[in-house]
Amino acid sequence: MKTVEKVKWMESEQNKFLYKPAIHFHNVSFEVGDTKILDAITGSFPTNQITVLVGPSGAGKTTLLKMCNGLLSPTTGEITVQGQTIHEMSPIDLRRKAGMVLQNSPMIAGSVYDNLALPLRLQGKTLSKEKALDILDQVGLEGEYLERDSQYLSGGQQQKVSIARTLLNQSKILLMDEITSALDPSSLNEVEDLIRKLHEEHAITVIWITHNLEQARRMGQYAWIMVDGKLVDAGEISVLDDSDIPSVHRFLKGDFA
Amino acid sequence: MSTTALFLTLIFVLIPLVLSKTLGLQLEKDTIIATIRSTVQLVAVGFVLKFVFDSESYLFIFLMVVLMIGAAVQNARKKGEGIKGITWKLIVTFVLLEVLTQSILLGFKIVPATAQYIISLTGMVIGNSMVLAILFLNRFVAEVEAHRPESELILSLGGTPKQAIHKQLIRSIQASMIPTIESQKTIGLVQLPGMMSGQIIAGADPLEAVQFQILVIFLLLTTAALTSVCLGLLSYPTLFNERMQMLQRQEHSK
Ligand SMILES: Nc1ncnc2c1ncn2[C@@H]1O[C@H](COP(=O)(O)OP(=O)(O)O)[C@@H](O)[C@H]1O
Ligand SMILES: [Mg+2]
Repeated sequence: MKTVEKVKWMESEQNKFLYKPAIHFHNVSFEVGDTKILDAITGSFPTNQITVLVGPSGAGKTTLLKMCNGLLSPTTGEITVQGQTIHEMSPIDLRRKAGMVLQNSPMIAGSVYDNLALPLRLQGKTLSKEKALDILDQVGLEGEYLERDSQYLSGGQQQKVSIARTLLNQSKILLMDEITSALDPSSLNEVEDLIRKLHEEHAITVIWITHNLEQARRMGQYAWIMVDGKLVDAGEISVLDDSDIPSVHRFLKGDFA
Repeated sequence: MSTTALFLTLIFVLIPLVLSKTLGLQLEKDTIIATIRSTVQLVAVGFVLKFVFDSESYLFIFLMVVLMIGAAVQNARKKGEGIKGITWKLIVTFVLLEVLTQSILLGFKIVPATAQYIISLTGMVIGNSMVLAILFLNRFVAEVEAHRPESELILSLGGTPKQAIHKQLIRSIQASMIPTIESQKTIGLVQLPGMMSGQIIAGADPLEAVQFQILVIFLLLTTAALTSVCLGLLSYPTLFNERMQMLQRQEHSK
């Protein structure tokens, strides 16, 4: 299918029923000065699916992810989240709805509990100890970590705390940017299992940026491929292997690395 | 002081010049410039003050205050180049401080409403406020840049701009106030404040000079607190836009 047809197909009424978009981009561009960082992006992230977002570094993936929760705004074009136009939503509601975890999400100074309590503290609420222990358990950390100083955790443990912290906003959409690239293989497996489990148990929509194509194939049900600020192909995860777009072939062959 | 005595004070300029020359410190030029500038500026101020004090005109007092605030703004604004509209923010801060302190001083008749008192106290309040403003802005700009990832984290979790910048704001306010508070803890033990020394040399009763100095140090506490809090509250919103996004450095200075 040609890209234009595919866009039409993705936006068609019938398809909206099949793949109700959690987030939809319509002709979104982002410019800084004269540089076009995102170029006329149109496409959807289906609800309750894990979409992997791949592409060479500098393609604009992080920029696009930050638009999904309003940390950046498009220069032109429109983004809708659960059917609602982003610029009509309060940034605070949007950010709670679409939680984000970065490769190096910082820990705030203090204990693991202080970090977990942050999202509620921002709303003037407190996090009960039971709830904190429960979420630690969900991300696979033992209860004894609750009082540990967050600065002295390993990379993998910090990443789990970041995920737990974001989950405490009860976000229905999780935006993740290369969250496993600093992890050793066993932590990587644990984090993948964790996201899979959360996705299945809580029907969470996941957008996952990864440069690891094996991980993309393991985790993704749907894929977006970006090159040079453009969405060059998107579809079921098999698109990673049977795309007929030349720039996708070049990316998959590693020509951009 | 006799004219001869005044000229003999030049010995205190010669000593550093000779040291600089023999040790190759290369500070001769700056020492000479500093000597000339300070002499000319102080003599000029002396004449201006004499004129203003003799005239007892509120218009001249007012102009003098405006001049002092203008000079303080000019000096401090360079440190806040990363903050949009810093000039106006400094003007608002200094004017607020001046109006508040003078209303209390004159309103409660703590000091008489004469040119001597108004101008000297304004000089001390605005001068200290300027130093505070520079300390605060230096620290705040550095804190904001150093902790940008934490601020973005708080925003991404649904925090407000104020929550995102709160820690940096508090740390900068503290850091700029600490020198004032610390120096007041040892005041009178190690060093006599310049103004008090001046009064004592001019023949004032030391106890009277102390009373006045106590007024001044309390005044400077208010100055320190008000300057950094006011400037902080005025500055932080310019780091964000109306969509609660944190601006890049080059964006918010435009
Ligand atoms: N604020 C900005 N100002 C200028 N250029 C930027 C800015 N943010 C990102 N870029 C540029 O945009 C491009 C895409 O960046 P990014 O979204 O981080 O890519 P990716 O995550 O795919 O590696 C890069 O070339 C980057 O240098
Ligand atoms: Mg990136």
